[in-house]
Amino acid sequence: MNVIEASGLGRRYGSTWALRDCTVAIPAGHVAALVGPNGAGKTTLLNLAAGLAAPSAGDVTVLGGRPAGSPMALDGIAFVAQDTPMYKNLSARDMLHLTRNLNRRFDQQYAESRLGELGIPLKRKAGKLSGGQQAQLALTLALARRPRLLVLDEPMAMLDPVARHDFMASVMMAMAADGVSVVLSSHVLAELERVADYLILMSRGRVQLAGEVDDLLASHHLLTGPAAEADRYAERLNVVHARRGEAQAHLLVRTTADDPVPPGWEAHPVGLEELALAYLREPAAAAALPGPDRAWRRALPSETGRQTEVSK
Amino acid sequence: MTALSVPARPEEDASLRPVPWQRMGWVTWRQHRATLAWVAVFLGALAVAMWLAGRQLHSAYVTALAACQPPVHSLACPGATIAFDGTNGFLGNGFLLQAVPVLIGAFAGAPVLARELETGTFRYAWTQAFGRWRWTLAKLVPLAVALAAVAGVFSLVFDWYYQPYFVAANQNLSLTEYTPFFPGLFDLRGIGFAAWTLVAFAIGALAGTLIRRVVPAIAATLVAYTGLAFAAGTWLRPAYMTPVVTNNVNVPGSAWVMSQWWTKGGKFAFSGWPSVRLLNQYCPAGPVGVGPGGKPKAVGLAECLTPHGYTQWTSYQPASRFWPFQWIEGGWLLVLSALLIAVTVWLVRRRAT
Repeated sequence: MNVIEASGLGRRYGSTWALRDCTVAIPAGHVAALVGPNGAGKTTLLNLAAGLAAPSAGDVTVLGGRPAGSPMALDGIAFVAQDTPMYKNLSARDMLHLTRNLNRRFDQQYAESRLGELGIPLKRKAGKLSGGQQAQLALTLALARRPRLLVLDEPMAMLDPVARHDFMASVMMAMAADGVSVVLSSHVLAELERVADYLILMSRGRVQLAGEVDDLLASHHLLTGPAAEADRYAERLNVVHARRGEAQAHLLVRTTADDPVPPGWEAHPVGLEELALAYLREPAAAAALPGPDRAWRRALPSETGRQTEVSK
Repeated sequence: MTALSVPARPEEDASLRPVPWQRMGWVTWRQHRATLAWVAVFLGALAVAMWLAGRQLHSAYVTALAACQPPVHSLACPGATIAFDGTNGFLGNGFLLQAVPVLIGAFAGAPVLARELETGTFRYAWTQAFGRWRWTLAKLVPLAVALAAVAGVFSLVFDWYYQPYFVAANQNLSLTEYTPFFPGLFDLRGIGFAAWTLVAFAIGALAGTLIRRVVPAIAATLVAYTGLAFAAGTWLRPAYMTPVVTNNVNVPGSAWVMSQWWTKGGKFAFSGWPSVRLLNQYCPAGPVGVGPGGKPKAVGLAECLTPHGYTQWTSYQPASRFWPFQWIEGGWLLVLSALLIAVTVWLVRRRAT
């Protein structure tokens, strides 16, 4: 089952496409991270999946074919929006009551004990809670609904490092205990390395790369070798991003494990952050998947040895 | 860190039943009880002020009634009349009170959706299983009904306060008598006040949905409501029923006069007031009788013009049409309010965000 499935999905605001031609299928049972720079279309995609906005083009379904925004879809998805909007003048207890009344399922006992363990007083108004506590309250409200899919839009943007860690630990705990699928968006790459096992890279309103993290890491390597040979090998290899110094060149390439490493070159495994950064620096590399593409050529290093942006 | 495990999810129904409507009852009450309390405090304070002013007004009226009883006008009559007319103060013609429905409607109606859209809480509210258009409907309808009911009860205070001005005998006692259609008073009494409060709320809700910000939405509501109320009073209300046309010069003081014109020999002569030339020709005695407030009196005009073959015609709405007019105005305002709320719900459902 796919928790989010979009085909040709687009959303336009005025004349600007916030999301364009987005085709992606996020399978169930993952913590899927939606990564991209600000304005890449992450929030738009999540809003469309949550039914908060209507597509301008294409369509999107959730939880195995339920139309986004339909009663069936809303029942199965718990959406925690960016900055965890809440009624500031309502107490935590009122927020529980509110959420209980607005949903078919709500585990009051779970919610109360969870807030108790987090030390969030039920009587305190939501607006008086710290940023971390507000995020935890929003997460509690979402989890107590017993969703099949938990959607978190930039859940960690407002949190300090300790609160981030606690928050993600809570998400992982729920995932392990309940089997809830998680889709979260973030531009904080380092935070995702520990938690995400599915990655969707977005850039300029399009999906650039999507896949299980293990597969992605296994199929990408960093090749280091003489700068003079870089261009020659780049012709043959599927280069995502090239960085060339005076003597040595670093090519982040997409290969299978069987592909031979050219003589005189060294292959290194890449980390998630490194991989994501390489793609994000080369928005045109989107087309490198799945087939071969020559777009990277335009992105080859200039004489200064610094990486260049693709100019349109 | 919580070690609490999440219990198993209950099996989902094969056929998904929506969250029952009545669950929104508490939600609407909890989120809008402060607004309702403010409305209650505001109207309560106004009721007290009107009760205090009204007691003075009513007692002044009783005094004037006793002093000016024909056939003998006592010497106290002019003083008592002035006291009666002077007591009403700013409440007299109701123009300031015209603002009450729109203030209630704008401040209660505009924030319902605008605040959610402005603060982003709609992203919480509209992603719960209850569903966004049902949520909107379950908020707007009970609030609209509650406000209309409160306003309806409150308009009894207006009815009581203004009652002395509508006594038919006032005219003969040279006391002020208003037509019940008097602009500024018609829509405070009967069901008008509740209906105008309702439509102000509905305008506010729609403006909030379209503008998505509380303060501009309130401002827009004030403007739109003022325009509507002006148009209704100026163009719609006179046309609710075909006016009565009479050549009887003694039109009752409670009548709402639309227009007056004169004919001579079955042909139209002039409308409104005669020309100076005509007056000099037929009414050389000058002032043609003096009505209340020193204005020339139509009856006086008729006295000098009628012998010369002129007939005075008056078209007017008789006071007996007060309730039919109230029901007509209340009716279309109710339909309009329902329409505005329906459009609001439709906009939310269409995901205009």
